[in-house]
Amino acid sequence: MKGMTLIVKTITDFVAGFIVIFGAYIVLYGHLTPGGGFAGGVIVACAFILLMLAHGSDVAFSKLPEKVAHVMDSAGALAFLGIGWFGMTMGFFFMNSFGRGEMFKLFSSGMILPLNIAVAFKVGSSLFLVFSALAIFRRRSFRAMIEDELA
Amino acid sequence: MANIAPQLYALLVFMVIGSIVAIETRNLLSAVISVSAVGFALSVAFLFLGAPDIAITQLVVEVLVLIILIRGTILLDNTAVDTHRDTLAVVTSLIFFGLILGFGAMIFGSRGFPEFGQPVMRVSKVYVQTGLPATYAANIVTAVILDFRAYDTLGEATVLFTSILGALALLRREGKVSREEVVAA
Repeated sequence: MKGMTLIVKTITDFVAGFIVIFGAYIVLYGHLTPGGGFAGGVIVACAFILLMLAHGSDVAFSKLPEKVAHVMDSAGALAFLGIGWFGMTMGFFFMNSFGRGEMFKLFSSGMILPLNIAVAFKVGSSLFLVFSALAIFRRRSFRAMIEDELA
Repeated sequence: MANIAPQLYALLVFMVIGSIVAIETRNLLSAVISVSAVGFALSVAFLFLGAPDIAITQLVVEVLVLIILIRGTILLDNTAVDTHRDTLAVVTSLIFFGLILGFGAMIFGSRGFPEFGQPVMRVSKVYVQTGLPATYAANIVTAVILDFRAYDTLGEATVLFTSILGALALLRREGKVSREEVVAA
């Protein structure tokens, strides 16, 4: 899978960074404007999937290696649970125990912003992993890898 | 029922037609595209109903699902579906559809449906009134799913985590064959 034509590759290089920035905006301002961790995470995953479709899997895995995606997936889930347990130390599970800040500002609503970021890491990396599993792993079986190595 | 926008009716008719096309068409790729058209129309319908959060999520997930399904479809050799109908399946689904309608009429027939857009707001009234002062989050949807109902969101994240884990374990072929087997073969 070597990717698509030069036109698609050039447009992808222009656009992919902006998609990541837009996804980060959707995540970070999820408590002020429509959006949130789930939608923003899927948008960021779409940027990497676009890279994989246009350039092939090697370029996409050089930007976001599979191991890193696995770690981000698990870290997002653990961070979500950890924030919940941090609330437990102050009162009850998922108590909004961080500082509330000033209304309608970016750092305003206590634990909602970190929870959004955790969900975004979790959803984005896991959807990237599912797509790479569907597109890549089918073509690269272990038997073929060892046979290449032996040949 | 007077305060539904007429555009919403057009979208609903479009979605019904798209669903019927998705079921009845013979080509798998056409079915995938029809399902996605229904999903995009649903996203616009959410915008008409005043739910931009759901509309964004629906749109983004629909794009991703369309890419994945088209990729899965074009990897197949034979994309024609043979649509012979099982009479038992048709009769069973008709019976269950009638049962659902009958129970719905039993429940709602005596006291009548609530007015469209005027739901019973016994629980959500508290969230709407105390959402901003209690959480300082301007977006009430985020305030509900990540503060009032954060425990539900934890369950949702657990479901996603487990399903991704299962999908990766099933889909990847690496590690299914041991090195000694290949060398011996």
